[in-house]
Amino acid sequence: MPTLTTGAHPAARPRLLRDQAGREDRAAYEATGGYRPGLAGTDLIDAVAASGLRGRGGGAFPAARKLAAVASQDGEKVVVVNGEEGEPASVKDRWLLRTRPHLVIDGALRAAQAVGARTVYFYASDAAAVASLEAALAELGSVPADLRVHPVEACYVAGEETAAVNAINGRPAKPSEKPPRPFEAGVGGLPTLVANTETIAALPGIGRGATGQGLSFLLTLGGAVPRPGLYEVPFGIRLGEATEILGGLAGPARGYVMGGYFAGLLNPRGHDLLLDHDALRAEGSGLGCGAVTVLGADDCPVGVATLLLAYFGRQNAGQCGSCFNGTAAMAAVATALARGQAGAAEIARLAHWSGFLPGRGACATLDGAAGVTATLLREFPAEVDAHQRDACPHCAATDFLATSSPFALTPDSITPPVEA
Amino acid sequence: MKIKLDRTICDGFGTCAARAPALFSLDEWGYASLARGLSAETDLPRELEQAARRALLDCPVHAITERTQAR
Repeated sequence: MPTLTTGAHPAARPRLLRDQAGREDRAAYEATGGYRPGLAGTDLIDAVAASGLRGRGGGAFPAARKLAAVASQDGEKVVVVNGEEGEPASVKDRWLLRTRPHLVIDGALRAAQAVGARTVYFYASDAAAVASLEAALAELGSVPADLRVHPVEACYVAGEETAAVNAINGRPAKPSEKPPRPFEAGVGGLPTLVANTETIAALPGIGRGATGQGLSFLLTLGGAVPRPGLYEVPFGIRLGEATEILGGLAGPARGYVMGGYFAGLLNPRGHDLLLDHDALRAEGSGLGCGAVTVLGADDCPVGVATLLLAYFGRQNAGQCGSCFNGTAAMAAVATALARGQAGAAEIARLAHWSGFLPGRGACATLDGAAGVTATLLREFPAEVDAHQRDACPHCAATDFLATSSPFALTPDSITPPVEA
Repeated sequence: MKIKLDRTICDGFGTCAARAPALFSLDEWGYASLARGLSAETDLPRELEQAARRALLDCPVHAITERTQAR
């Protein structure tokens, strides 16, 4: 695992990253204005709406609408802070919980007040994040909510919102069919706000009236870059500008993997695209959780897609037949393509699945896998075509079954922040 | 009438698509989803309710339910 750097883009006033190394304790957080009273109730939700904040788990759903949907339900409610970062190429949520637990707790208390919840669960698998949260809760003293840490076994689907609810309800951490969504019936059957850690971490700033809270995000940058790391950058800058400012590239980018694994592949045109949910979606890609992997000279797009499909084939929940069959089938045919054993008929099957399978699972895992296939065919048609005829030295050197989580990063080795 | 198909329960018997081909689509392995354009929020046309009930009652694993209120 590479050593990671943290830093902020010059145009982003960092609100989530800290300029000091190490874990922020309660005193240090309060010294920056943390835990002070601020906007509450519908005033807070209105301010969240004005900030433009969207869910940072990957779905980019407007945060204020989610808050309001839970707040409008009758009776007791629950808040779940989702720190189960299933995307292996992303480190932001684990970093926030390990390093700034009080920022997250402060945000959770404000969310609980706004929606009318008495109970808050912090849901995470990362042992260091869980320890950091427990230490922070011990430092906290009396607060107007019951705060609980709920550890879970790590896997790709455990971070899905209904999987989080199921885990807390004592069932396997696997997604459910919708409806109901958690805002209708979640933990204990009660209306439940399940919100990503980075989303929750924006609430203290919004509650204190700070502007620009919805305007920057945490970018996990990995792959063929000399300074992989966790960076706070403004929405809407070009991807190429971000990589140039944040340490440059190790060589010409062969392409990109977007949104963790979920938004699939982009060819080098990604350099000129904007890091913005809507702009990327319009190009058939996505920002998702904000993790971008740069592909270098030694990364073959066909091989990368095969690694990702093999991962989805292993890491799906094993529940929906279209998903466990579809991911396995796409992984098998992609492996054949990478090995030079596929022809036009196999490529046509991949194209069919990439259009037919989305929407056929209870969660979005199958959509992500189908998207990997679709983006491989769309972004790299010449490479796909060439694999029908010519043996690919990069793919020949890759053991597609042995690579468990391609391009995975951990916050274990984050260095003290430096000036970007 | 609104129906919900729980695909985490579906075992691919295909009975639903035989009883109500307009409402269910099967993948190549036999697993069902609601037909394109339909969801658990769709009010089914009255003329399809009978077929929907047959599909619901005949599903061997009870993956199809009629929706009442929030569920």
